[in-house]
Amino acid sequence: MASSRHSPVSERLGVRIALILISVAFMALFLLLPLVAVFSEAFRSGFGAYLAGLNTPDAQAAIRLTLLVAAIAVPLNVVFGICASWAIAKFEFKGKAFLITLIDLPFSVSPVISGLVYVLLFGGGSVLGPWLKANGVEVLFAVPGIVLATIFVTFPFVARELIPLMQDQGTNDEEAALSLGANGWQTFWRVTLPNIKWGLLYGVLLCNARAMGEFGAVAVVSGKIRGQTTTIPLQVEMFYNEYNATAAFALASLLAMLALVTLVLKTVLEWRFGDEIAASGH
Amino acid sequence: MEVRVSNVRKEFDGFAALKDVSLDIRSGELIALLGPSGSGKTTLLRLIAGLEMPSQGKIFFGDMDASEKTVQERNIGFVFQHYALFRHMTILENISFGLKVRPRARRPAAGEIRRRAMELLDLVQLSGLEKRYPNQLSGGQRQRVALARALAIEPGVLLLDEPFGALDAQVRRELRRWLREMHDRTGHTTVFVTHDQEEALELSDRLCVMSQGAIEQVGTPDDVYDRPASPFVFGFIGESSELPVTVGNGELLVEGRSIGVPVPAARPGPARLFFRPHDVDLVEGDATLAGAVHTSRRVGGTRRVELDLGPANHRVEIDLPFDHPAGERSQLSFRPRRWQLFPAS
Ligand SMILES: Nc1ncnc2c1ncn2[C@@H]1O[C@H](COP(=O)(O)OP(=O)(O)OP(=O)(O)O)[C@@H](O)[C@H]1O
Ligand SMILES: [Mg+2]
Repeated sequence: MASSRHSPVSERLGVRIALILISVAFMALFLLLPLVAVFSEAFRSGFGAYLAGLNTPDAQAAIRLTLLVAAIAVPLNVVFGICASWAIAKFEFKGKAFLITLIDLPFSVSPVISGLVYVLLFGGGSVLGPWLKANGVEVLFAVPGIVLATIFVTFPFVARELIPLMQDQGTNDEEAALSLGANGWQTFWRVTLPNIKWGLLYGVLLCNARAMGEFGAVAVVSGKIRGQTTTIPLQVEMFYNEYNATAAFALASLLAMLALVTLVLKTVLEWRFGDEIAASGH
Repeated sequence: MEVRVSNVRKEFDGFAALKDVSLDIRSGELIALLGPSGSGKTTLLRLIAGLEMPSQGKIFFGDMDASEKTVQERNIGFVFQHYALFRHMTILENISFGLKVRPRARRPAAGEIRRRAMELLDLVQLSGLEKRYPNQLSGGQRQRVALARALAIEPGVLLLDEPFGALDAQVRRELRRWLREMHDRTGHTTVFVTHDQEEALELSDRLCVMSQGAIEQVGTPDDVYDRPASPFVFGFIGESSELPVTVGNGELLVEGRSIGVPVPAARPGPARLFFRPHDVDLVEGDATLAGAVHTSRRVGGTRRVELDLGPANHRVEIDLPFDHPAGERSQLSFRPRRWQLFPAS
């Protein structure tokens, strides 16, 4: 009997084709179509208009701010992420389970709430805000607030990626390095870091994509001061609300391209270094 | 380098993995730590290495108190059970690692490092493989790279944790002989952990038998095999049979009957008799251990017979030459030729 050779979970041909068609249609409708729409909208009035849209002072400022925020938030999260996963994977201590849960917090809480937390912390009604203001430091409705909110939302990416990887690798390599006379710093640079580099790169990629694309948390703390505190996603919304569709979509196309590049690199990493990346949950 | 472990205790979260362990390791000797799983062998080795710190007690390297020294300061070579080779480095880079990370003042020149690494590669018989990565080597080759890497820093003491644990029997035997030759050539004080008694008996100058976080006996392989210091050692090393006996009138009695073994010096009362299955004589007559054959199996060149002794059916094992005519019988009498008596627990 031919059918007995089929795996018990395999469906009949018709069902399979139907399932595949539904998935493909769904993805085309909800994922591909918007992407195409973004680019076609952006280039609707021609390449010149596209460039002009990107060349406005507001767009330029938004691009600069986004790059700045990512340039601060991503490295900090790399350092925090490595520290946290090192502590979790290589040491035993009380409250470890709690720390792991805490790292996930930004994933489970709405970005708007994340932003509001900073408003509460640094706003006019708080203790910290007025004191900082008196000392000449603006946090809310300024770049520092945007950076803080971005760090908060993107914190889990690097740590989540590294914790299972480091747990899996254990401490044998580090112990071997120490026993051979390496100091802590040499051990980290020459043994630990090379062992986690692809996983780290993967985490950085995802972290960066989110840092540049974050809307909710940043929207709450930014105050949307034109040319000063608007990142690309905020500026896209502003252009759009002002019926400047070409500029809005031109700017949006940058984020879409970032997404595509991220996707390609991510796939390459997964394909090439799958066993050195704890890729799964993302 | 001599290593002296002095009254060391090690606790993990209140659980004592080692209880008051003392061990003198002589300079240049090859000593085995042998014991069942969980007996604390790895813990002791890691304490000597400085990868763990003792909860109590001290460890001396020569005259120097090493207890407070870090693993780097102790200058030991440690070979891990699963090799722990650096996977992103070539074999040559792995072996050179210990020299490359030295502070500049003590670091040899690059050419010298390379020359030394190649020399070691030759010593472990892996010349020509220096450009490979660890995952391109077999288990036995990796183990030898791990050893070369540890030797590169010219350690005072070489510590090996189940060096052949992950290899198949054939490779194990080869590497065992090879390690012995290496040791005779280089003369490093070497401590290795194993739970394979054959390996320990064959390879070591002395062995240290451990059980439940304590040392049961330290001695040469012959000592430990011929004169076990405790029932545990008797049972753990080699084959053994045990029988509850009573000492009375300067003789051994089993269930009130003499078995023809005089024990003039033993204290009267209940005791445990241990003997090796092959250390018995078949005899006829009254004053013997007599029993019904339960099973009789040929194992290579000998016949292993399980006997049920006396009314209480104490099961013991004895060995006969495989072609001995007595192998066909259903009743056998014997007397232990060599044996040891321990107080009843
Ligand atoms: N880091 C640790 N934390 C808690 N308990 C530990 C730790 N390391 C060892 N132990 C415990 O100490 C005891 C001795 O462990 P050890 O690893 O020394 O045994 P071993 O003799 O090497 O055993 P094996 O032959 O299985 O390797 C075990 O009961 C083990 O559970
Ligand atoms: Mg062990």
